Amino acid sequence: MDILQILSAVLLGLGAILGVVGAIGILRFPDFYTRMHASGITDTLCTGFFIGGLMLQFGMTLASVKLLLIFMFMLFTCPTATHALAKAARHGKLKPWTRADADAGLSNEGRVS
Amino acid sequence: MILTSAALAILVTMLLAIIRALLGPTIYDRILAVNMFGTKTVLLIAVIAGIAGRGDYLDIALVYAMINFIAIVAVMKYFEYGSLGSIGNDAPGKQEGE
Amino acid sequence: MKHMTGLLFFLALLWWVLSGYTKPLLISLGIVSVLFVAFVAHRMDVVDEESHPLHLSLKLIRYWLYLLGQIVISNVKMVLIILSPRPDINPRIITVRTAQRSELGKVVLGNSVTLTPGTVTLQVEGDMIEVHALNDDSAKDVEQGTFDQRVPASIEEKS
Repeated sequence: MDILQILSAVLLGLGAILGVVGAIGILRFPDFYTRMHASGITDTLCTGFFIGGLMLQFGMTLASVKLLLIFMFMLFTCPTATHALAKAARHGKLKPWTRADADAGLSNEGRVS
Repeated sequence: MILTSAALAILVTMLLAIIRALLGPTIYDRILAVNMFGTKTVLLIAVIAGIAGRGDYLDIALVYAMINFIAIVAVMKYFEYGSLGSIGNDAPGKQEGE
Repeated sequence: MKHMTGLLFFLALLWWVLSGYTKPLLISLGIVSVLFVAFVAHRMDVVDEESHPLHLSLKLIRYWLYLLGQIVISNVKMVLIILSPRPDINPRIITVRTAQRSELGKVVLGNSVTLTPGTVTLQVEGDMIEVHALNDDSAKDVEQGTFDQRVPASIEEKS
Protein backbone atom coordinates (compact mmCIF):
# COMPACT_ATOMS: atom_id res chain seq x y z
CA MET A 1 0.00 0.00 0.00
CA ASP A 2 1.67 3.18 -1.13
CA ILE A 3 1.27 6.69 0.14
CA LEU A 4 -1.33 7.72 -2.45
CA GLN A 5 -3.61 4.85 -1.46
CA ILE A 6 -3.38 5.82 2.19
CA LEU A 7 -4.08 9.47 1.44
CA SER A 8 -7.01 8.47 -0.73
CA ALA A 9 -8.37 6.24 2.04
CA VAL A 10 -8.08 9.11 4.55
CA LEU A 11 -9.93 11.50 2.26
CA LEU A 12 -12.69 8.99 1.53
CA GLY A 13 -13.01 8.21 5.23
CA LEU A 14 -13.34 11.89 6.14
CA GLY A 15 -15.91 12.34 3.38
CA ALA A 16 -17.89 9.36 4.65
CA ILE A 17 -17.88 10.71 8.21
CA LEU A 18 -19.01 14.17 7.06
CA GLY A 19 -21.76 12.65 4.95
CA VAL A 20 -23.17 10.58 7.80
CA VAL A 21 -22.87 13.53 10.23
CA GLY A 22 -24.74 15.76 7.79
CA ALA A 23 -27.48 13.15 7.50
CA ILE A 24 -27.69 12.92 11.30
CA GLY A 25 -27.99 16.70 11.38
CA ILE A 26 -30.82 16.63 8.89
CA LEU A 27 -32.65 14.24 11.21
CA ARG A 28 -31.86 16.03 14.47
CA PHE A 29 -32.41 19.69 13.75
CA PRO A 30 -35.76 21.20 14.69
CA ASP A 31 -37.01 22.82 11.51
CA PHE A 32 -36.53 23.23 7.80
CA TYR A 33 -34.27 26.30 7.92
CA THR A 34 -31.83 24.71 10.35
CA ARG A 35 -31.84 21.47 8.38
CA MET A 36 -30.69 23.43 5.36
CA HIS A 37 -27.44 24.19 7.18
CA ALA A 38 -26.90 20.52 7.93
CA SER A 39 -27.38 19.59 4.31
CA GLY A 40 -24.84 22.30 3.47
CA ILE A 41 -22.11 20.16 5.08
CA THR A 42 -22.75 17.22 2.81
CA ASP A 43 -22.96 19.50 -0.22
CA THR A 44 -19.57 21.12 0.21
CA LEU A 45 -16.79 19.46 2.11
CA CYS A 46 -18.14 15.90 1.99
CA THR A 47 -18.37 16.08 -1.81
CA GLY A 48 -14.93 17.66 -1.94
CA PHE A 49 -13.33 14.89 0.11
CA PHE A 50 -14.99 12.14 -1.91
CA ILE A 51 -13.97 13.70 -5.21
CA GLY A 52 -10.43 14.23 -3.94
CA GLY A 53 -10.13 10.64 -2.76
CA LEU A 54 -11.47 9.30 -6.03
CA MET A 55 -9.10 11.52 -8.03
CA LEU A 56 -6.19 9.94 -6.22
CA GLN A 57 -7.59 6.52 -7.09
CA PHE A 58 -7.87 7.33 -10.79
CA GLY A 59 -4.53 9.12 -11.00
CA MET A 60 -3.57 11.44 -13.84
CA THR A 61 -6.25 10.44 -16.32
CA LEU A 62 -9.15 12.04 -18.11
CA ALA A 63 -11.39 10.56 -15.42
CA SER A 64 -9.84 12.87 -12.82
CA VAL A 65 -10.66 15.90 -14.94
CA LYS A 66 -14.24 14.67 -15.18
CA LEU A 67 -14.38 14.30 -11.40
CA LEU A 68 -13.12 17.86 -11.06
CA LEU A 69 -15.86 18.99 -13.45
CA ILE A 70 -18.49 17.21 -11.35
CA PHE A 71 -17.14 18.92 -8.24
CA MET A 72 -17.16 22.38 -9.85
CA PHE A 73 -20.66 21.83 -11.13
CA MET A 74 -21.95 20.79 -7.73
CA LEU A 75 -20.16 23.71 -6.08
CA PHE A 76 -22.09 26.08 -8.33
CA THR A 77 -25.48 24.39 -8.27
CA CYS A 78 -25.83 23.35 -4.62
CA PRO A 79 -26.05 26.88 -3.18
CA THR A 80 -28.42 27.82 -5.99
CA ALA A 81 -30.73 24.90 -5.18
CA THR A 82 -30.55 25.67 -1.45
CA HIS A 83 -31.31 29.32 -2.12
CA ALA A 84 -34.27 28.41 -4.36
CA LEU A 85 -35.61 26.14 -1.63
CA ALA A 86 -35.14 28.75 1.09
CA LYS A 87 -36.79 31.43 -0.98
CA ALA A 88 -39.72 29.16 -1.77
CA ALA A 89 -40.10 28.36 1.92
CA ARG A 90 -40.11 32.08 2.72
CA HIS A 91 -42.64 32.65 -0.02
CA GLY A 92 -44.73 29.85 1.43
CA LYS A 93 -44.65 31.67 4.81
CA LEU A 94 -42.94 28.84 6.66
CA LYS A 95 -42.14 30.17 10.12
CA PRO A 96 -38.53 29.77 11.27
CA TRP A 97 -37.91 27.95 14.55
CA THR A 98 -36.35 30.12 17.24
CA ARG A 99 -34.82 29.53 20.65
CA ALA A 100 -37.72 31.40 22.26
CA ASP A 101 -40.28 28.93 20.90
CA ALA A 102 -38.33 26.02 22.28
CA ASP A 103 -38.11 27.66 25.71
CA ALA A 104 -41.86 28.21 25.68
CA GLY A 105 -42.25 24.49 25.02
CA LEU A 106 -43.71 25.05 21.59
CA SER A 107 -42.88 22.80 18.73
CA ASN A 108 -43.72 24.79 15.66
CA GLU A 109 -42.67 22.06 13.29
CA GLY A 110 -44.22 22.83 9.95
CA ARG A 111 -46.28 25.70 11.34
CA VAL A 112 -47.34 28.34 8.89
CA SER A 113 -47.55 31.88 10.15
CA MET B 1 -11.99 -2.44 -0.15
CA ILE B 2 -11.70 1.26 0.68
CA LEU B 3 -14.09 2.14 -2.09
CA THR B 4 -16.60 -0.47 -0.99
CA SER B 5 -16.74 0.93 2.52
CA ALA B 6 -17.07 4.45 1.10
CA ALA B 7 -20.01 3.23 -0.97
CA LEU B 8 -21.57 1.70 2.15
CA ALA B 9 -21.19 5.00 4.03
CA ILE B 10 -22.92 6.82 1.18
CA LEU B 11 -25.73 4.27 1.30
CA VAL B 12 -26.16 4.92 5.05
CA THR B 13 -26.33 8.66 4.36
CA MET B 14 -28.93 8.05 1.67
CA LEU B 15 -30.96 5.90 4.05
CA LEU B 16 -31.01 8.68 6.67
CA ALA B 17 -31.99 11.20 4.00
CA ILE B 18 -34.86 8.94 2.90
CA ILE B 19 -36.06 8.73 6.52
CA ARG B 20 -36.21 12.53 6.64
CA ALA B 21 -38.00 12.56 3.30
CA LEU B 22 -40.63 10.17 4.68
CA LEU B 23 -40.96 11.96 8.04
CA GLY B 24 -40.48 15.55 6.92
CA PRO B 25 -43.55 17.48 8.05
CA THR B 26 -43.45 20.06 5.28
CA ILE B 27 -42.92 19.71 1.56
CA TYR B 28 -39.71 21.73 1.88
CA ASP B 29 -38.15 19.19 4.24
CA ARG B 30 -38.97 16.44 1.80
CA ILE B 31 -37.48 18.27 -1.15
CA LEU B 32 -34.37 19.14 0.88
CA ALA B 33 -33.93 15.46 1.74
CA VAL B 34 -34.48 14.43 -1.87
CA ASN B 35 -31.91 17.00 -2.98
CA MET B 36 -29.40 15.51 -0.56
CA PHE B 37 -30.31 12.04 -1.77
CA GLY B 38 -29.61 13.18 -5.32
CA THR B 39 -26.19 14.65 -4.56
CA LYS B 40 -25.28 11.46 -2.70
CA THR B 41 -26.38 9.43 -5.71
CA VAL B 42 -23.93 11.38 -7.86
CA LEU B 43 -21.15 10.51 -5.41
CA LEU B 44 -22.28 6.87 -5.30
CA ILE B 45 -22.08 6.60 -9.08
CA ALA B 46 -18.60 8.16 -8.97
CA VAL B 47 -17.48 5.66 -6.32
CA ILE B 48 -18.94 2.78 -8.34
CA ALA B 49 -16.93 4.06 -11.31
CA GLY B 50 -13.88 3.75 -9.05
CA ILE B 51 -14.83 0.22 -7.99
CA ALA B 52 -15.40 -0.90 -11.58
CA GLY B 53 -12.29 0.98 -12.68
CA ARG B 54 -14.20 2.52 -15.56
CA GLY B 55 -13.95 6.26 -16.11
CA ASP B 56 -16.93 6.28 -18.50
CA TYR B 57 -19.35 5.92 -15.59
CA LEU B 58 -18.41 9.45 -14.55
CA ASP B 59 -20.35 10.81 -17.53
CA ILE B 60 -23.46 9.30 -15.99
CA ALA B 61 -22.64 10.96 -12.67
CA LEU B 62 -22.24 14.34 -14.37
CA VAL B 63 -25.53 13.99 -16.21
CA TYR B 64 -27.23 12.88 -13.00
CA ALA B 65 -25.93 15.97 -11.20
CA MET B 66 -27.43 18.18 -13.90
CA ILE B 67 -30.78 16.37 -13.91
CA ASN B 68 -30.91 16.49 -10.11
CA PHE B 69 -30.38 20.25 -10.03
CA ILE B 70 -32.97 20.97 -12.70
CA ALA B 71 -35.47 18.58 -11.13
CA ILE B 72 -35.14 20.17 -7.67
CA VAL B 73 -35.60 23.70 -8.99
CA ALA B 74 -38.48 22.67 -11.24
CA VAL B 75 -40.33 20.76 -8.52
CA MET B 76 -39.81 23.61 -6.07
CA LYS B 77 -41.06 26.20 -8.50
CA TYR B 78 -44.06 24.09 -9.42
CA PHE B 79 -45.11 23.54 -5.82
CA GLU B 80 -44.55 27.11 -4.78
CA TYR B 81 -45.91 29.06 -7.69
CA GLY B 82 -48.25 26.53 -9.25
CA SER B 83 -46.67 26.73 -12.69
CA LEU B 84 -43.33 26.46 -14.41
CA GLY B 85 -43.64 29.88 -15.99
CA SER B 86 -44.90 30.78 -19.42
CA ILE B 87 -43.74 32.86 -22.38
CA GLY B 88 -43.31 36.50 -21.47
CA ASN B 89 -43.82 35.73 -17.80
CA ASP B 90 -40.59 34.40 -16.42
CA ALA B 91 -41.31 34.68 -12.72
CA PRO B 92 -44.95 33.90 -11.99
CA GLY B 93 -44.41 34.54 -8.29
CA LYS B 94 -43.48 38.17 -8.87
CA GLN B 95 -47.03 39.24 -9.68
CA GLU B 96 -48.46 37.97 -6.44
CA GLY B 97 -46.21 40.27 -4.44
CA GLU B 98 -43.19 38.86 -2.73
CA MET C 1 -15.75 39.25 -29.56
CA LYS C 2 -13.36 38.49 -26.73
CA HIS C 3 -16.09 36.71 -24.85
CA MET C 4 -17.13 34.73 -27.92
CA THR C 5 -13.55 33.49 -28.36
CA GLY C 6 -13.46 32.57 -24.69
CA LEU C 7 -16.74 30.69 -24.99
CA LEU C 8 -15.57 28.79 -28.08
CA PHE C 9 -12.32 27.83 -26.41
CA PHE C 10 -14.11 26.75 -23.25
CA LEU C 11 -16.68 24.68 -25.13
CA ALA C 12 -14.03 22.99 -27.26
CA LEU C 13 -12.00 22.12 -24.18
CA LEU C 14 -15.11 20.80 -22.43
CA TRP C 15 -16.05 18.68 -25.43
CA TRP C 16 -12.61 17.17 -25.65
CA VAL C 17 -12.34 16.49 -21.91
CA LEU C 18 -15.72 14.80 -21.78
CA SER C 19 -15.23 12.68 -24.90
CA GLY C 20 -11.51 12.06 -25.17
CA TYR C 21 -11.82 11.18 -28.86
CA THR C 22 -9.04 11.87 -31.35
CA LYS C 23 -10.51 10.48 -34.60
CA PRO C 24 -10.87 13.19 -37.29
CA LEU C 25 -14.54 12.37 -37.99
CA LEU C 26 -15.56 12.63 -34.35
CA ILE C 27 -13.52 15.79 -33.83
CA SER C 28 -15.24 17.45 -36.78
CA LEU C 29 -18.62 16.47 -35.32
CA GLY C 30 -17.45 18.02 -32.05
CA ILE C 31 -16.49 21.25 -33.81
CA VAL C 32 -19.94 21.38 -35.40
CA SER C 33 -21.64 20.94 -32.03
CA VAL C 34 -19.41 23.59 -30.40
CA LEU C 35 -20.28 26.07 -33.15
CA PHE C 36 -23.97 25.25 -32.81
CA VAL C 37 -23.96 25.83 -29.05
CA ALA C 38 -22.07 29.10 -29.55
CA PHE C 39 -24.65 30.15 -32.14
CA VAL C 40 -27.54 29.37 -29.78
CA ALA C 41 -25.80 31.25 -26.96
CA HIS C 42 -25.30 34.22 -29.28
CA ARG C 43 -28.97 34.17 -30.24
CA MET C 44 -29.94 34.03 -26.56
CA ASP C 45 -27.71 37.05 -26.04
CA VAL C 46 -25.99 35.58 -23.00
CA VAL C 47 -22.40 35.96 -24.21
CA ASP C 48 -21.27 38.93 -22.15
CA GLU C 49 -19.26 40.04 -19.16
CA GLU C 50 -21.65 38.41 -16.72
CA SER C 51 -21.45 34.85 -18.04
CA HIS C 52 -17.74 35.07 -18.91
CA PRO C 53 -15.96 37.10 -16.27
CA LEU C 54 -12.58 36.69 -17.93
CA HIS C 55 -11.25 39.89 -16.41
CA LEU C 56 -11.21 38.59 -12.87
CA SER C 57 -10.00 35.02 -13.22
CA LEU C 58 -6.78 35.53 -11.26
CA LYS C 59 -8.39 37.38 -8.40
CA LEU C 60 -11.18 34.81 -8.33
CA ILE C 61 -8.69 32.04 -7.67
CA ARG C 62 -7.36 33.87 -4.63
CA TYR C 63 -10.92 34.43 -3.45
CA TRP C 64 -11.72 30.74 -3.94
CA LEU C 65 -8.79 29.73 -1.77
CA TYR C 66 -10.02 32.05 0.96
CA LEU C 67 -13.56 30.68 0.55
CA LEU C 68 -12.27 27.13 0.79
CA GLY C 69 -10.60 27.94 4.11
CA GLN C 70 -13.83 29.46 5.43
CA ILE C 71 -15.82 26.43 4.29
CA VAL C 72 -13.49 24.06 6.11
CA ILE C 73 -13.64 26.12 9.32
CA SER C 74 -17.42 26.37 9.38
CA ASN C 75 -17.79 22.71 8.45
CA VAL C 76 -15.82 21.71 11.52
CA LYS C 77 -17.99 24.00 13.64
CA MET C 78 -21.16 22.48 12.18
CA VAL C 79 -19.97 18.93 12.81
CA LEU C 80 -19.32 19.81 16.46
CA ILE C 81 -22.78 21.39 16.77
CA ILE C 82 -24.54 18.40 15.23
CA LEU C 83 -22.71 15.84 17.32
CA SER C 84 -23.05 17.69 20.64
CA PRO C 85 -25.76 16.18 22.87
CA ARG C 86 -27.54 19.54 23.21
CA PRO C 87 -27.00 21.45 19.96
CA ASP C 88 -26.08 25.07 20.61
CA ILE C 89 -28.36 26.60 18.04
CA ASN C 90 -30.07 29.94 18.14
CA PRO C 91 -31.34 30.53 14.62
CA ARG C 92 -32.31 33.99 13.54
CA ILE C 93 -32.81 35.96 10.36
CA ILE C 94 -30.56 38.95 9.98
CA THR C 95 -30.49 41.64 7.35
CA VAL C 96 -27.18 43.19 6.39
CA ARG C 97 -26.21 45.90 3.94
CA THR C 98 -23.79 44.79 1.27
CA ALA C 99 -21.05 46.86 -0.33
CA GLN C 100 -21.58 45.09 -3.65
CA ARG C 101 -23.00 47.31 -6.38
CA SER C 102 -23.03 44.95 -9.38
CA GLU C 103 -25.41 42.04 -9.88
CA LEU C 104 -22.49 39.66 -10.30
CA GLY C 105 -20.93 40.82 -7.04
CA LYS C 106 -24.19 40.18 -5.22
CA VAL C 107 -24.50 36.73 -6.76
CA VAL C 108 -20.93 35.84 -5.75
CA LEU C 109 -21.54 37.12 -2.23
CA GLY C 110 -24.89 35.35 -1.88
CA ASN C 111 -23.52 32.05 -3.13
CA SER C 112 -20.48 32.29 -0.86
CA VAL C 113 -22.68 32.90 2.16
CA THR C 114 -24.87 29.94 1.24
CA LEU C 115 -21.87 27.74 0.54
CA THR C 116 -20.48 28.15 4.04
CA PRO C 117 -22.53 25.91 6.33
CA GLY C 118 -24.25 27.87 9.07
CA THR C 119 -25.50 30.70 6.92
CA VAL C 120 -27.96 30.69 4.03
CA THR C 121 -28.93 33.64 1.88
CA LEU C 122 -32.70 33.95 1.83
CA GLN C 123 -33.17 37.01 -0.31
CA VAL C 124 -31.26 39.78 -2.03
CA GLU C 125 -33.22 42.99 -2.29
CA GLY C 126 -31.47 46.11 -3.52
CA ASP C 127 -28.31 46.36 -1.48
CA MET C 128 -29.72 44.47 1.49
CA ILE C 129 -29.24 40.74 1.86
CA GLU C 130 -31.33 38.62 4.18
CA VAL C 131 -29.42 35.79 5.82
CA HIS C 132 -30.60 32.90 7.98
CA ALA C 133 -27.89 32.18 10.53
CA LEU C 134 -27.75 29.05 12.67
CA ASN C 135 -26.22 30.54 15.81
CA ASP C 136 -24.59 33.65 17.23
CA ASP C 137 -21.20 32.66 15.90
CA SER C 138 -22.20 32.35 12.27
CA ALA C 139 -24.42 35.42 12.50
CA LYS C 140 -21.43 37.45 13.67
CA ASP C 141 -19.39 36.45 10.63
CA VAL C 142 -21.99 37.83 8.26
CA GLU C 143 -22.69 40.95 10.28
CA GLN C 144 -19.03 41.91 10.25
CA GLY C 145 -19.09 41.57 6.48
CA THR C 146 -15.86 39.62 6.12
CA PHE C 147 -17.03 38.04 2.86
CA ASP C 148 -18.29 41.34 1.62
CA GLN C 149 -14.83 42.89 1.75
CA ARG C 150 -13.18 39.84 0.22
CA VAL C 151 -15.28 39.61 -2.94
CA PRO C 152 -12.89 40.71 -5.71
CA ALA C 153 -13.12 44.44 -6.23
CA SER C 154 -12.70 44.11 -9.99
CA ILE C 155 -16.30 42.89 -10.17
CA GLU C 156 -17.18 46.41 -9.11
CA GLU C 157 -15.13 48.28 -11.67
CA LYS C 158 -16.25 46.48 -14.78
CA SER C 159 -20.00 46.36 -14.43
